Amino acid sequence: MIGAAMILGLAGGAFAQEPPLKWGADAEGGAPYIFLDPQDPSRLIGFEVDLAAALAERIGQPIVHHQYNYDGLISGLNRGDIDLAMNGLEITPDRAKHVRFSRPYYVYTLQLVARADETRFRSVEELIEQRLSVGTLTETAASRFLERSGLEPSLYDGQAEPYQDLALGRLDAVLMDLPIAVSYARPNPRLKFIGEPFEQGFYAIALRTSDEALAKRVDAGLESLLATGDLQRIYEKWGIWNADQTLLTEPNAAAALLAGETDGFSIRNVLWSLVQASVVTIEISVCSMALAMLLGLMVAVARLYGPRPLQWLALLWVEFFRGIPVLLLLYVLYYGWPQVLESLGMSLMFAPSRMGAAILGFGLNYSAYEAEIYRAGIQAVPQGQWEAAASLGMSPQLTFRRVILPQAMRVILPPVTNDFVALFKDTSVASAIAVVELTKQYQILAKSSQRYMEIGLATTILYLVMSVPLGYLARRLEQRWGKPQ
Amino acid sequence: MDGVSKTYGSRSVLDGVSTVIAPGETVALIGPSGGGKSTLLRCITGLARFDAGQITVGSHRIEARGPASQYDGVRRMFGMIFQDFQLFPHFTALENVIEAPVRVRGQPAAEARERGLRLLERVGLAERANYYPRELSGGQKQRVAIARALAMEPRGLLCDEITSALDPELKAEVLDVLTDLKQEGLTLIVVTHEIHFARRAADRILLLADGRIAEEGPPETVLGSPTSDRARKFLRTVMA
Repeated sequence: MIGAAMILGLAGGAFAQEPPLKWGADAEGGAPYIFLDPQDPSRLIGFEVDLAAALAERIGQPIVHHQYNYDGLISGLNRGDIDLAMNGLEITPDRAKHVRFSRPYYVYTLQLVARADETRFRSVEELIEQRLSVGTLTETAASRFLERSGLEPSLYDGQAEPYQDLALGRLDAVLMDLPIAVSYARPNPRLKFIGEPFEQGFYAIALRTSDEALAKRVDAGLESLLATGDLQRIYEKWGIWNADQTLLTEPNAAAALLAGETDGFSIRNVLWSLVQASVVTIEISVCSMALAMLLGLMVAVARLYGPRPLQWLALLWVEFFRGIPVLLLLYVLYYGWPQVLESLGMSLMFAPSRMGAAILGFGLNYSAYEAEIYRAGIQAVPQGQWEAAASLGMSPQLTFRRVILPQAMRVILPPVTNDFVALFKDTSVASAIAVVELTKQYQILAKSSQRYMEIGLATTILYLVMSVPLGYLARRLEQRWGKPQ
Repeated sequence: MDGVSKTYGSRSVLDGVSTVIAPGETVALIGPSGGGKSTLLRCITGLARFDAGQITVGSHRIEARGPASQYDGVRRMFGMIFQDFQLFPHFTALENVIEAPVRVRGQPAAEARERGLRLLERVGLAERANYYPRELSGGQKQRVAIARALAMEPRGLLCDEITSALDPELKAEVLDVLTDLKQEGLTLIVVTHEIHFARRAADRILLLADGRIAEEGPPETVLGSPTSDRARKFLRTVMA
């Protein structure tokens, strides 16, 4: 685990008795902020790592990194898991209600990136006009900007993936914070920057509102780093220093920006977003269950009646798709498969879309479970039924279709319905490949408004509205068909 | 039947069974449990395979270890009735009867239904046509099974202990149906423990013990004055 705490700044003796401060940040794929050194993966590097070290020196207290999921930083801070959060957190009115932000340490801007051969647009305005597809990170200034502009951006959790999808042609553009673009897009010859960076905003360190004394020390430390030019040296080292940073010296810039933004929370918008996300959940569940049932039947029949090699293949299928996590499968299908196609010089037409990959992934995963359920159900039909049908001159194929399978169904359907309910909930994993289904939508909405409870309740109700009727159906089927002869 | 033999591992189940059964004859197969009666019946229709000898049914010849397709003709000539009925539980009585005529012989559904109803009437179950097997008594189920076999217009029936799972009064209704079928000229090969039925209805009795025919002949001879020790021993126990 990356969580192995790392002590930054000067070693022990320099800091009298002060206990180290716990700094929460997500090191997973977070260049150039904080990430694992590719040369030595046991080491964390990044401009925030350098900044933390310099800051620790100024405030005279060690700062220790704790691995923390980006999404959970603010609640982790308020729970006391960490003492400060510094992870490219933008100052927003919503967040400012829950934490005490330090003075800004970086002025970020948004940078539009497209494929190197892109000719359809030369600015973000032209992109918006043509309503092309844009990818960005969940719950960031860029995603809020795009939504304000009336676009529906594809939302990702990782920073590398949107650029990857852009290069593959699944997106027309990517809009993210400049430091990210500098780290991930600039080195890629297949991508280019479009226009100048725009939409200034501030990164700041989040602290608990009750820790005012600490916050004051952090503010003073940052001010001193800015005044001595140490901050500029760190940013220049990482190639992210620019003229915008002069705003850091203007003491009220952040406050002015905060006043300009309004709280966009509306219960009706939230409910509508959740209902739309439920439709995505239903689409994925229904399509992948249909696929799983079809594949499962074929695998079960191959396993039971196929020639020896086919039986082995069916067994292998079941063990394989049952044995690997569906998250891994989704990643390989969505990100890995196009790379294979590309290296073989084949058309990317065969690369699945997000929904396609999700449906395929869940379909394959669940086909293994369905196959085993079918096999048990088919085997539960007495051998005498085969003999009776054979004695009537019915062929094995006809017997299977007309006599065996209908009887197996009564054994099969209740557990299959249960699996369907389970699949409904499992689809939340699809958010890993930027599908915004119900749980993902909940995370987005709850994080931006910090209303985890109310929106959680609404989401729970939506899940129950979908799954309870299915459970009822399963019980009815069991009652009707589960009776002994 | 000529020298039909079958072994399970080292155990011999049928040991050179030879006999001739005439069209329209009713033959009762009796004998101790494990004597090979059911196995012999199943060998005729291919539900069990035999290792040596051959069986000729009409113009159809069945070789030991022959291909599955050699049984097609036999199955057209003989229907099979099982001890545990083996009705299709998801079909009604009528649907059970018409399934094979419609799906195997391609009979039009309307025609098959009409014939099916007549067959159910013949076994005394016309008003149970739309009942599911679980709603029928054991004797009724077995009569539906007979109607189902008759729907394929066989020349004979192979009956494998078809009354063993029934109460005494229900046995009678099934055996009455069999007696009627005998009158109509069907060939019946009946594995049974009902010595009285065998005596009354059978033209001939085959007493099978230890995989061999221990005694063979008209009922009064086999039951009245058996010649072999094995047959006498068996009959002493069942008649007692």
